[in-house]
Amino acid sequence: MDKAETKIVKAKATRVAYGETLLELGKRRPDIVVLDADLSGSTNTGKFGKAFPERFFNIGISEQDMMGTAAGLSLTGKLPFASTFAIFATGRAWEQIRQTICYSNLNVKIVATHGGITVGEDGASHQAIEDLALMRVLPNMTIIVPADAIETERVIEVIAEEYGPTYVRLGRVKVPVIMPEDYRFKTGKAYIFHIGKDVNIVACGIMVDKALRASEILKGEGLDAGVINMSTIKPVDEEAIISAAKISRAMVTAEEHSIIGGLGGAVSEVLSEKYPVPVRKIGIRDCFGCSGDPEGLLKLYGLTEEDIIRAVKEAVRMKNFNI
Amino acid sequence: MEITVDIKALEDKARLIRISILKMLTLAGSGHTGGSLSAADIVTALYFYKMRYNPKEPLWKERDRFILSKGHAAPLLYATLSMAGYFDAQLLKTLRKIGSPLQGHPNSKSLPGIEISTGSLGQGLSVANGIALGLRLDGINSRVYCLLGDGEIQEEQVWEAAMTAAHYHLDNLCAIIDNNGLQIDGPVKEVMRIDPLPQKWGAFGWHIIEIDGHNMEEIVNAMDEAETIKGKPAVIIAHTTKGKGVSFFEGRVEYHGIAPTPEELSKALKELGEI
Repeated sequence: MDKAETKIVKAKATRVAYGETLLELGKRRPDIVVLDADLSGSTNTGKFGKAFPERFFNIGISEQDMMGTAAGLSLTGKLPFASTFAIFATGRAWEQIRQTICYSNLNVKIVATHGGITVGEDGASHQAIEDLALMRVLPNMTIIVPADAIETERVIEVIAEEYGPTYVRLGRVKVPVIMPEDYRFKTGKAYIFHIGKDVNIVACGIMVDKALRASEILKGEGLDAGVINMSTIKPVDEEAIISAAKISRAMVTAEEHSIIGGLGGAVSEVLSEKYPVPVRKIGIRDCFGCSGDPEGLLKLYGLTEEDIIRAVKEAVRMKNFNI
Repeated sequence: MEITVDIKALEDKARLIRISILKMLTLAGSGHTGGSLSAADIVTALYFYKMRYNPKEPLWKERDRFILSKGHAAPLLYATLSMAGYFDAQLLKTLRKIGSPLQGHPNSKSLPGIEISTGSLGQGLSVANGIALGLRLDGINSRVYCLLGDGEIQEEQVWEAAMTAAHYHLDNLCAIIDNNGLQIDGPVKEVMRIDPLPQKWGAFGWHIIEIDGHNMEEIVNAMDEAETIKGKPAVIIAHTTKGKGVSFFEGRVEYHGIAPTPEELSKALKELGEI
């Protein structure tokens, strides 16, 4: 079914959807506690904090302590959501997440905002382009990158019901709402907009919308490029990747993250072992970001629908050349 | 669990725990001798005087919690948990071997009675804070004890956690510093000075209790005093001797991270009055 024409009715930042969902969940789940490291206005956990001050803990600018405190709360049966910017959550507190949360397999939900370069003007220090790689190497960790506000809401609701360490990456800027109203998120299950005969684009986060636009343009040029929203980065939906690769025998990945170790890495790992086909990766090419407006940065770092279109054509060429 | 204020009985338990530590380390052929022995009296007092727990129900909601932040003293924790009835003493012989639940550093997933996996230093106090907050939310009046090494408090996270505990008035929390003065590379004061401990913890908003960490009466009294403090967390700064109980290990930095040889073991056991 071709859902690429889903009408864009609105745009909303995923972090805003997070704050609203957390507030709603807080009303019916008294076991939920929320921790933040002095960014509750930006991460939107402040809404929960205002409504439930006794269950909200601002730990100050100390991400390492925040992760440990969240771990301790989970040991008393609470369901902690710990939030800050993606780079500080995964970079500053990586070893705390490894030793205390993942090794002990604790039910801590790390929901980080400001992932990727669309953080914009704050520049490289605040742009997490390696968070998915950092989290992927940790045993027991589940990693999810919602594509829009609807998916964010469903993801937060679902992970609140499931046990285990989880990392959710959200963004700063408004993104178009692309998922259907009746969408139901399932951890580890990709959402397939449609499977293409010529190539399939596996995307996550803000790049799903761009993949859909690229696919639409390519259709006009006679190329059938499928789009898969791989919101769960770990455990990645191997079946969806392999079955798509079997049809198109050429793949493109698209993520607002380094091409090393993120979605592109995960897809390549699956395909190289189980169904080798050419893979072209759209992502940050092993460099730091810089200050600028988000749209300008996406152009500068090659993360636009035009870049995806180019990658699709390269992937198709590689496939044909191999034949 | 039997509560006793019989100091002599506690001292004897500590002696038996030291023997157990030395035996398991010798069998393992590696591990941390000095820091396990230095904290033996403190941990004995916690498990056989102060804490409420039930080894038949390790996850009993109203238990007191012990967090071994200095995870390398795992042999001390294992010897104590075994003596407290959490598992059979035979398991102690498997320390550090493939397939053993007694990992080189404590793993909460493999052994009952371990609240959280530790080993990477500096992380336990944050976890203790989180537990203390959770207990308070639930209106459970259990207490949380966290044992830190003196070298360990060079870790930045300890001071973040020290702020958090005071900020949230965690009077159901008691930190204990095993102040044995030595770390792997040498005396703490030479590697990276941490003094003055009472002033630092005091400035962070903690109630300070300073004791001789090998005087059982002082230990027991300090734990009782900590429980009476309201509105802020308490820290017991326990002055200890690394390798305590075995004359040729005492105060020797080289025994931080190595196990006794069989010859050293038999000499040590004689000193501790076994055989």
